[in-house]
Amino acid sequence: MRRFGPMFRKEFIQMRRDRLTLGIMVGIPVLQLLLFGFAIQTDVRHIPTVVVDESRTPTSRELIDAFENTGNFRIIAHLNGRDALDAWIARGDAQAGIVVPHDFPRDLARGTTATIQVVVDASDPLSSQAALAAAAGVAQVRNLAILSAASSRGELPLEARIRPRYNPGLRSPNYIVPGLVGVILTLTMILVTAMAIVRERERGTLEQLIVTPITKTELMLGKIAPYIGVGVIQMTTVLLLGRFVFDVPLTGNVLLLYAIAFVFIIASLAFGLFVSTLVRTQQQAMQASFFFVLPNILLSGFMFPRQAMPAVFQWIGALLPLTHFLKVLRGILLKGVGVAELWKEMLILLAFAAILIALSVRRFRKTLD
Amino acid sequence: MIDSAVTVETHHLTRRFGPIVAVRDLNLTIAKGEVFGLLGPNGSGKTTTIRMLCGLIAPSEGTAVVAGVDVVKSPDLIKERIGYMSQRFGLYEDLTVAENMDFFAGIYGLEGPGRRGRIAEVVSFLGLNRRLDQLAGTLSGGWKQRLGLACALMHRPPVLFLDEPTAGVDPAARRGFWTTISALAEHGTTVIVTTHYMDEAVRCVRVGLMSQGHLIALGTPDEVARQVGGTDLEDAFIILQERDEGEQEG
Repeated sequence: MRRFGPMFRKEFIQMRRDRLTLGIMVGIPVLQLLLFGFAIQTDVRHIPTVVVDESRTPTSRELIDAFENTGNFRIIAHLNGRDALDAWIARGDAQAGIVVPHDFPRDLARGTTATIQVVVDASDPLSSQAALAAAAGVAQVRNLAILSAASSRGELPLEARIRPRYNPGLRSPNYIVPGLVGVILTLTMILVTAMAIVRERERGTLEQLIVTPITKTELMLGKIAPYIGVGVIQMTTVLLLGRFVFDVPLTGNVLLLYAIAFVFIIASLAFGLFVSTLVRTQQQAMQASFFFVLPNILLSGFMFPRQAMPAVFQWIGALLPLTHFLKVLRGILLKGVGVAELWKEMLILLAFAAILIALSVRRFRKTLD
Repeated sequence: MIDSAVTVETHHLTRRFGPIVAVRDLNLTIAKGEVFGLLGPNGSGKTTTIRMLCGLIAPSEGTAVVAGVDVVKSPDLIKERIGYMSQRFGLYEDLTVAENMDFFAGIYGLEGPGRRGRIAEVVSFLGLNRRLDQLAGTLSGGWKQRLGLACALMHRPPVLFLDEPTAGVDPAARRGFWTTISALAEHGTTVIVTTHYMDEAVRCVRVGLMSQGHLIALGTPDEVARQVGGTDLEDAFIILQERDEGEQEG
């Protein structure tokens, strides 16, 4: 292994001089974190809403206020008829509409069922779901108030006390940022190693290396070792920015997280080496890396819950190291759990690392033919 | 026992790529300190021959012993005893001259003061002193080639393989390069070089002419020229090659 040192040093100098690679390694984490952290909010609020209040009574105004007070609806206009409401929603100027009919106060006073109408633009399922839930909630609360006032029983018969554990504020960044650590490591580790090997082949330097006594192991290890450091720096950057910009908690044992991340980084680097044996040019390396990264983003549970996927895709997801690393990230950062809860994921990641190393060592040849 | 005066010896060396025979039944004996030129048109099998002798690709048939090492049995050991420089500048353009030399010295297992001493020696031998901090990518063709040679010489290899080393190098630099090659040979390094330039071929002790994967002439440049009754190596080269191609077609 005495030739590992020179290889490592050389790779390090080259990494420092290569602006593109440096940009990929430092720029991607920061940019992605800011993008995902600020832009992706799964809790939909302030849906632009128009109102047609045909009754114009204090009761109806009170009801509309109740809608606005949920924070999910933002009343942007009061309109004169249902046709106008349909037009606003059709144009996309409003995503929800509330219609309070003439009969509303009369029915309410009489004790029969008073109806209001809530129209939602469901072409965007995420925001329409939020609107529907909020509308149902408003009606529910009103019903309870009216019924309990009318009944002789002072207390509510039933109440579900919901405790959202680990992320009590139901904040999106708490979910997204830990996942982002895994996504960024997957993307850059695979891409950077694949590029680093293919670059040597493209420039003809691999041919020169092959005629030296350096062994396959020394070559591969010296090549990927500097990037372990890069991975650790990336992860630290995302965690620190997540903590101080997005207020994401670091609940559990961070040291344990780094130890497991080390295994995950090795697995990703080994996969990058494997990719490098499949492609000939840097451009192909880049395309292949993105090809492999896409299923990681979609199927790992980074953004979309795996439970909602058909069984086949859950299985494919289980074959991705990222899926298991995400459980570790969220487990340690949000839930504060340790080895007792995560040993299965740790074993799976170790197995992935071993298999990927074996695979890339087998594929990697120190000859020209 | 292997004759210590012989550094390269091949018997029936053959390499096929699928149905194509790139090198056919090659028998060569090259003495220590000899400058041996391998000539022939593109695709005649020169590069394949050199790659087999360096352990880069395995022969399909036959044997080859280089610097006392069987290239088929020990393709790894052979790499410690040879220097190799290809037509493509195989060094790191984003490293400086000094960093390139330091890297290859390290890869060849030189360490500590031994490494520094050897680098200083090679630097002064090839006159690289004033280029040490320059990025290799910014060097001219002639300087790149000197740097390539410097890196290939770090471990004092007894055998040096040069695959079209002077392609794209200006005439003055080529002449300087050949003076260096002669100096190396005088000190006992065996040099095996492929080239297209006849003025370089005549500076070799012996030349081998290859055509369609086999050897069509072997001897000193004068001997080869006399084989066709001429005095000019280039004429002999063209006549012998056309004769060989005619035989293949007929």
